[in-house]
Amino acid sequence: MRAALAGDAAAYRQVLSDLSPYLRTICRRACARAGLAASDAEDAVQETLLAIHLKRHTWDSSQALTPWVSAIARNKMIDAVRRRGRRAETDIADFEDVLSTPPDTEAFEREQEKQDALRLLDQLGGKQREAIEAVSIRGESLKDAAQKLGVTEGALRVSVHRGLKTLAALYRKAMP
Amino acid sequence: MRTDDLIAALAADNAEQPTPLARAFTVDGLVGWAVTALPFFWLLGPRHNFVASLGDPRFLFKFLFTAVMALSGLALVWRLARPNGVSGWAGKAVLLGPALALAACIVEMILVPENQWGARLVGENPWHCLIMVPMMAIAPGVGLFLALKHAAPGDPRRAGAAAAFAAAGLAAFLYAMNCPDDSPFYVGVWYLLATSFVVALGWFAGGRLLRW
Repeated sequence: MRAALAGDAAAYRQVLSDLSPYLRTICRRACARAGLAASDAEDAVQETLLAIHLKRHTWDSSQALTPWVSAIARNKMIDAVRRRGRRAETDIADFEDVLSTPPDTEAFEREQEKQDALRLLDQLGGKQREAIEAVSIRGESLKDAAQKLGVTEGALRVSVHRGLKTLAALYRKAMP
Repeated sequence: MRTDDLIAALAADNAEQPTPLARAFTVDGLVGWAVTALPFFWLLGPRHNFVASLGDPRFLFKFLFTAVMALSGLALVWRLARPNGVSGWAGKAVLLGPALALAACIVEMILVPENQWGARLVGENPWHCLIMVPMMAIAPGVGLFLALKHAAPGDPRRAGAAAAFAAAGLAAFLYAMNCPDDSPFYVGVWYLLATSFVVALGWFAGGRLLRW
């Protein structure tokens, strides 16, 4: 993480990848305890990673990394439970008859597939979404992605950064 | 979006590092304090007998008391600024200011005859103090809130209250130069009352504004 904070992108990517399984374990456990769907766990993992990224300067590099990471995950899980609690209340009122029918496996599988989705990305507008997709899903380097989109590398970097901040803000806004 | 894709996007955004916490707190705190100090010296300024009062232990105690409040508050904000922040010793240090005020009041009770206690407590104009300290705490409070917004406090309400406590201390330190009343009775009651009001405000504002 120290190398990552010095600007080493490869080291940073490695740290985040290494942290993911650990985050997944705590988020799944917390979701199970709070009665949330497994699909919410991956959402919480992604939200935690986003917070780790945007708040990486709040890690005191003289201290261990895990207590800091766990604190962020706990914070984000509390948010997820609150958000879900509110949504569940409205859902049950609207879909009472749906709930009374036996669960069909197809819907369940569809739900499982959604595990991999950062659903809020859909809400992100034009340039920012394009920028994030370019450097992530297509796995391109900043330079290649910028060339393909016809913008400068600096402009793309700004779009990615703004997009990530907007994503975090969208999560917050979804809060009660 | 798969989690691996998100990680790729995050790694692509690592070229520029956010402002270090220590710098954010120093800059925002100092700017906030300066924004309060400049109009204060412009409009109110130190009282007319400021220099002559520097030999008076009661007058000097006001600065000791408010400086302890400000510094202990700043230490607490700093400790609560991180996701896994705990108050620790700084949580006890903020009690030092009120404890000093209480001790000074006891000394004052011994030194001053009982029939003067009421007059010393009410002083010349307690409303001026009750209004000026919160007003002058606004700018340093906003500065510290901005720094906390850049940070990630694990408990936003407590962090907000700590920022407000520090801001009230910083404001009271300046205001003490102008305030004509020096009795520990006056300082202990009205300064602390004004501080409590600011802290309560910071607690609520923290819960609303400092989530991340």
